[in-house]
Amino acid sequence: MSKPLISVRGLTKKFGDFTAVDGIDFDVAKGESFGLLGPNGAGKSTTMRILAATSTRTSGTVEILDKDPELFGPLVRAHLGVVPQQDNLDNELTVSENLFIYGRYFGLSKKFIKNKIEELLEFAQLEEKRDVKVEALSGGMKRRLTIARGLVSEPDILLLDEPTTGLDPQARHILWDRLFRLKEQGVTLVLTTHFMDEAEQLCDRLVVMDKGAIMAEGSPAGLIKQYSSKEVLEVRFGSDRNKEVAPQLATMCERMETLPDRLLMYTEDGEALLEKITHAGMHATTSLVRRSSLEDVFLRLTGRTLIE
Amino acid sequence: MNTGIDVPQIQRFGALYIASARLRSMSKWRTIIAAVDIGNPLFYLIAVGIGIGVLVEQGSGTSGTSGIKYIAFIAPALLANTAITGIMDETVFPTIEGFKWRKLFFAQNATPITGRQIALGVYLAALCRAIFSVSVYYLLLLAFNVVDFGVSVLIIPIAILGGAAFGAVILYFAAKIEKDDQFFNILGRLILMPMFLFSGTFFPLTSMPIYLQPIGWVSPLWHATELGREAAFDYGIGNTLVLIHLVVLLTLVVVGLNLSMRQFERRLAK
Ligand SMILES: Nc1ncnc2c1ncn2[C@@H]1O[C@H](COP(=O)(O)OP(=O)(O)OP(=O)(O)O)[C@@H](O)[C@H]1O
Ligand SMILES: [Mg+2]
Repeated sequence: MSKPLISVRGLTKKFGDFTAVDGIDFDVAKGESFGLLGPNGAGKSTTMRILAATSTRTSGTVEILDKDPELFGPLVRAHLGVVPQQDNLDNELTVSENLFIYGRYFGLSKKFIKNKIEELLEFAQLEEKRDVKVEALSGGMKRRLTIARGLVSEPDILLLDEPTTGLDPQARHILWDRLFRLKEQGVTLVLTTHFMDEAEQLCDRLVVMDKGAIMAEGSPAGLIKQYSSKEVLEVRFGSDRNKEVAPQLATMCERMETLPDRLLMYTEDGEALLEKITHAGMHATTSLVRRSSLEDVFLRLTGRTLIE
Repeated sequence: MNTGIDVPQIQRFGALYIASARLRSMSKWRTIIAAVDIGNPLFYLIAVGIGIGVLVEQGSGTSGTSGIKYIAFIAPALLANTAITGIMDETVFPTIEGFKWRKLFFAQNATPITGRQIALGVYLAALCRAIFSVSVYYLLLLAFNVVDFGVSVLIIPIAILGGAAFGAVILYFAAKIEKDDQFFNILGRLILMPMFLFSGTFFPLTSMPIYLQPIGWVSPLWHATELGREAAFDYGIGNTLVLIHLVVLLTLVVVGLNLSMRQFERRLAK
């Protein structure tokens, strides 16, 4: 295997006494799509800002394209496209001005940027808004513009911090499609998300993060296989009854998680399990059989749900 | 990497890219900036030239003001003060905005541009604003016959140097601000206003009690005002003092700017 594009060892970041990132290791190969999945405060954005060669680390090593981002910041950043969690567009300028100015920060020629803007406006579906001030855009449009802005320099590595937060389902799917195409062109993607469907759709490989540490690493399918059963039966008996029936139900499946409003029963065959429960004389008010997801992996690893 | 990206070029000219982006943003406010930069001197020249100046001269003649008209005496101070407020507007607001309100600096820093270049770029654009404001003011001074065209042109660069000295230092403090709620009150009322009043602006510093004079000594406004008076009329402070004033102002520029650039870099790297 060729040398990884990004290599992180023992990365730690402290804010005062608080450890936001606690000794994490991972590699990202060229052309790969790599994800950081985790709940609020897991340290995803902190890690991303270090990968973006802007924030400094407390300890550990980071190499991006064979260079330490702390020593070669500008050189490393010349290869990166960054989409921060919070849009930081210039509201006073128009859509196309925002793209233009950003391109200039990369020292790109006016001619190159002008052509690129056309392509990016199409990409972000903002052709009609080109001369509109950013402050007049909707949240989803701003998000799309921020993503487009990250592409103005044709980066080798695109860092996306929760790219689809604030987008409607249609815009999300379009964006996934666009990111997929970038990946086909050889762009390496690193993204954070707390949407498991997004992680499953976009990531070749991901790490599950919690409280600054990596809990598990693998492909979405691999993680599910390793940490969960094939199917999940979700049953509700009403909030009081849930607790009552839980001990008995727990003996009927491989593993069970008790959430405030429902019980998750892990099994290879959900329908069969549901029948068994009904036979035993317990009637769930609602029930649902579904495939295991990364959400279940996360629950297993941390005892908490990903989105509270 | 995109072959159009020339990192050494960005390392040389990055500050200018930032400055030009700042000027583009400022140009969105050009009507307001022009109104302020023309209106403000007009009010002063009318109020002081016609009102206060006449009163002062009725009271003590021109004996307290080196034998020249009162308005001409305070003109170099007003000019320097214009440079200072202009530069302040274009450093303090963009800086707090860049770090806190809209986080534009973080966007700029995600490119090959460095924190040091962002600080320098903001500063350079603010200097451009001061050059504009001060030049407009000078033209009005000519129009109102307060100064004669000639050597007095030197009060333009002197005023800008005064603004540059103040701006370099205030840029550092603006970049330090985490909580902005009281900053503007403190800046306006406890720093700018006393500086304006006690820097030998309206009367020579030496006519104040000695315990108030240190305010002038640390104030860029006073140093720029003294230099400006030397350029505008026969003030006669002598070469040594001229040199001292210049050295103080240039030192503030160099030290302030270095501190600012370091602070920008540090804060962005958090
Ligand atoms: N500049 C800072 N100063 C102090 N603490 C910080 C700073 N930035 C982040 N933190 C803390 O570090 C932890 C990790 O934050 P981070 O933003 O990396 O989380 P995240 O995984 O991106 O979460 P989210 O899903 O909410 O975006 C949090 O507890 C946060 O409060
Ligand atoms: Mg985050």
